[in-house]
Amino acid sequence: MSVGDFQRRMPEASRDLRRPVGVLQRWHIDWPLLLGLLLITVYGLVVLYSASGQDFHYVKRQSVFFLIAYGVMFTVAQVRLHVLEYWAPWFFAAGVVLLGMVLVVGVGAKGAQRWLSIGGFRFQPSEILKLAVPIMMAAYLSKRLLPPRFRHVFFSLVLIGVPTLLIMRQPDLGTSLLIATSGLLVLFFAGLRWRYILGAVGVLLASAWPIWMFVLHGYQRQRILTLLNPEADKLGAGWNIIQSKTAIGSGGIYGKGWLNGTQSQLNFLPESHTDFIIAVLAEEFGLLGVLALIGLYVLVIGRGLWIAVNAQNTFGRLLAGSITFTFFVYIFVNIGMVSGLLPVVGVPLPLVSHGGTSIVTLMMGFGILMAIGTERRRVSIG
Amino acid sequence: MAEPQHLKDHYQEARIFSRRLIVALLAIVALLGLLLARLYNLQVVNFNNYVTQSDRNRVQVQALPPTRGLIMDRQGKLLADNRPSYTLTLIKEQVNDLPGTLNLLSELVELREDELEGFHKRLKQRRRPFEAVPLSYRLSEEEIARLAVNEYRLPGVKVSAELVRDYPLSDLLAHSVGYVGRINDREMAKFDEESYRRYSGTHTTGKIGLEKQYESQLLGEVGYQYVETNARGRVLRVLERIAPKPGANLELFLDAGVQQEAIVAMGERRGAVVALDVKTGGVLALASTPSYNPNLFVTGISYKDYNALNRSLDLPLFNRTIQGQYPPGSTLKPMLGLGALHHRVVDPSYRVRDPGFYQLEGEERLYRDWKREGHGNRVDLRQAITESCDTYYYDLAFRMGIDSIHSFGSNFALGRRTGVDIPSERKGLWPSRQWKRSARGLAWYPGDSLNVGLGQGDVLTTPLQLAAMTATLANRGKFIQPRLVKRIEGEDTPAVVQQMYSVSDEHWDYIFSAMKNVVHGLRGTAQSIRRGMNYKMAGKTGTAQVVGIAQGEEYDSEALIERQRDHALFVAFAPVDAPKIAVAVIVENGEKSSKAAKVARRVIDRYLEIDAELEQKRQQQELENAHNNNRVQTDVTTLEQGNRPIPQQSSGLLPTSSSGNPLS
Repeated sequence: MSVGDFQRRMPEASRDLRRPVGVLQRWHIDWPLLLGLLLITVYGLVVLYSASGQDFHYVKRQSVFFLIAYGVMFTVAQVRLHVLEYWAPWFFAAGVVLLGMVLVVGVGAKGAQRWLSIGGFRFQPSEILKLAVPIMMAAYLSKRLLPPRFRHVFFSLVLIGVPTLLIMRQPDLGTSLLIATSGLLVLFFAGLRWRYILGAVGVLLASAWPIWMFVLHGYQRQRILTLLNPEADKLGAGWNIIQSKTAIGSGGIYGKGWLNGTQSQLNFLPESHTDFIIAVLAEEFGLLGVLALIGLYVLVIGRGLWIAVNAQNTFGRLLAGSITFTFFVYIFVNIGMVSGLLPVVGVPLPLVSHGGTSIVTLMMGFGILMAIGTERRRVSIG
Repeated sequence: MAEPQHLKDHYQEARIFSRRLIVALLAIVALLGLLLARLYNLQVVNFNNYVTQSDRNRVQVQALPPTRGLIMDRQGKLLADNRPSYTLTLIKEQVNDLPGTLNLLSELVELREDELEGFHKRLKQRRRPFEAVPLSYRLSEEEIARLAVNEYRLPGVKVSAELVRDYPLSDLLAHSVGYVGRINDREMAKFDEESYRRYSGTHTTGKIGLEKQYESQLLGEVGYQYVETNARGRVLRVLERIAPKPGANLELFLDAGVQQEAIVAMGERRGAVVALDVKTGGVLALASTPSYNPNLFVTGISYKDYNALNRSLDLPLFNRTIQGQYPPGSTLKPMLGLGALHHRVVDPSYRVRDPGFYQLEGEERLYRDWKREGHGNRVDLRQAITESCDTYYYDLAFRMGIDSIHSFGSNFALGRRTGVDIPSERKGLWPSRQWKRSARGLAWYPGDSLNVGLGQGDVLTTPLQLAAMTATLANRGKFIQPRLVKRIEGEDTPAVVQQMYSVSDEHWDYIFSAMKNVVHGLRGTAQSIRRGMNYKMAGKTGTAQVVGIAQGEEYDSEALIERQRDHALFVAFAPVDAPKIAVAVIVENGEKSSKAAKVARRVIDRYLEIDAELEQKRQQQELENAHNNNRVQTDVTTLEQGNRPIPQQSSGLLPTSSSGNPLS
């Protein structure tokens, strides 16, 4: 860091020094973000109890996941940003190697190989990449002159492309696209020139037909076709979408009441406690219930963006921007998919859907956000 | 160009980032707006549609099949009943391993080949997910127990109870009551909307006999229940219920005791017995032998059983009483004699010389009497009937002519369906000049009339027609359409009556006395049955030559010879002076008409016996009732201190065998 930088920052730093330092700040906790997350957690558990057929077992499991996830978040929040930046390439490389191993020795279910089993412990390496890709991208681009030049853009695309293609091979189209998105978002926030963006969009549109024909699997094509016309196969592929739309629509403005949703309680709604849980919420709490959840999400996203704007360096800014926006993308894709706007891609609703790994990964992301948000104090105090 | 690392402008980067963040923020706002618009569209704009759809998901209409009406005989004995039957069903979606499950099931219960075949056929048909598909019907108690013990090994296998038709008297009434069976594709094809509605939940329909004829009354009215189900179709609770209305009960004229007697009297013989109640036209017995067990058909007969019935030389499935068409032979003689008297072709003093044959003028051919030496020189009508003199009747038929014979006989249900209330009745053949011209393209020859006069040639009658003819004789010309059903759900069925133009009483008396002589006269052709008879019977014997024999290679010669013998016939009514019952009996290849006469005697004996018992019971009841009534009446009078006349209508309220008859 140059002397000039330090001097320019001095007036602000001296102002912060005068402020009293509370417990939360000392432990690198951003309280508005924590509040938003806790509210979503509680709301999510209430909905999960209903969505799992009033089975307390799932609520207990989910609570345990949350305890672990909050623990992970607090731990990650303590990590210094330059440490994260330093370890980014190793973190990324390890993730890619594990992905490669999945393809060779992975464990599969329903025709997809996504799991790696090490010493009886099963996990999805693709979860690691959800954070490793944006961290790597932020670390790489923050060291370059911005807006990035063509060769940096090209190398960035290679960095994004390798894990994306590996995950696509599993095959897991939804996750691979989301990971690519998180990397591309870093590029976007780094100031990728509009002409590149528009050019890429043009190329994508032109290659849509070859992708449809040669890249997508039969079931992936089917999902898209089902989205376009769910009525075509009412009892088969279209069943999920018809039932979830029915659940959401029949909830109306005020909902049918907690535990009173007929679609979810009578098992018409598939995957009701995982990917389709928003349909349960919409059926039982109505439009108002959905608005409340979206309101909480907006609170978290807003705080995330505030942290990004106020980040002390480019690495922090880019990473915070990508994590926050990716969080929004998850929300949008899940609700869009359940309400029939997007194809069914198997993306859980963040912090509400039942499932341990996705919650831990998300909370790790929020830990990084908190680390970025409290970085200034660390620099100033330390 | 070297990378200008030290020219990094942090403020510039922060500015770029801020601008990009604003773009991102706009994107978030736009995408959130899209989501909210979508939710608004689903939850507000299309709210009602989705509520309807969600209710349709949840609420299902289930048909509640009505209980089929019962059929009972005139004494209230059950002829067709419903009893619970246990059916083995599979829910395919819940069965993990279908071949394995079927294997295991075949060890536990008896699974026939055709049951498995039918099951696989039903499995391929269109059905709701999680609908139970029946595999085997009529499980025994033991099989149910074995299934219960192994239940944990058989996911998706269920035992369900449903009401199944049962015929407690088995083969006794197969031809009259008939049977129900599974609705087949052909019947389904004829269904209209209304039928689909009425048969939802009902799997069987009447196939033959009364079960078919009165199907719409017996079926009842289907009920419904609205139930809440989960996605697997399991019923969680009943929201609303409209109870089914059971089918109407049928009360028959038929008497199981008389029917039983007819069957027993026929023994191993093939043939038919029809007994009619003279006053009402009610069918008292309708027996076609051999018979079969109708219960076999209710849940689907096995191929083996069906082939055995269908291929039997004795034709057990064939209802001889209404479908068997036999030459009536001499049983027509009383009716023809009456016609001849009425048309003044003969009178009681008219006599014919019988040398054992008859010859038409100018013809070589001899028309032979059954008695080679003839019946004497001075045969009158009475003797011609009593001894069944053929020569007399050749002469009578020749002189009466086909037109008169045809028109007179037509009054006795010959050549047309009697209109009995079971389906598939045949109409026989009562030849006429026009018939021969149109059917054969030939003119009528006098010789044809002679054949008709002997009940031979082209003449064909069903046993029911012969019984109806005899009843019409006994009723002095009043034809009452025969019917089996006396009351439908307590309502009397109407009698359809045709009164023929009046024949003078003295002719009737003459014919009756001649017929009485057949049984009671010294030289009567049926005098062998009169021993021990405590009433007077009027009858007429007949024999009919077997015209065509169905040729088959498997027939052994003895059976062939047996089946070429003449059919034995007998018609009768009794008691002569107040006729109650008319009977027609045909014993196929019975040769001697006395065999048929013996059957008729037993049937009539039994009927009169039962009738006497019923009458006795009725009187006793009436007495008791009158007694009770009097006592009540006394109480009333003492209370009111009045002096009103005692009402006498109480006896009229009692159900009796004849009170419901609108003709008496």
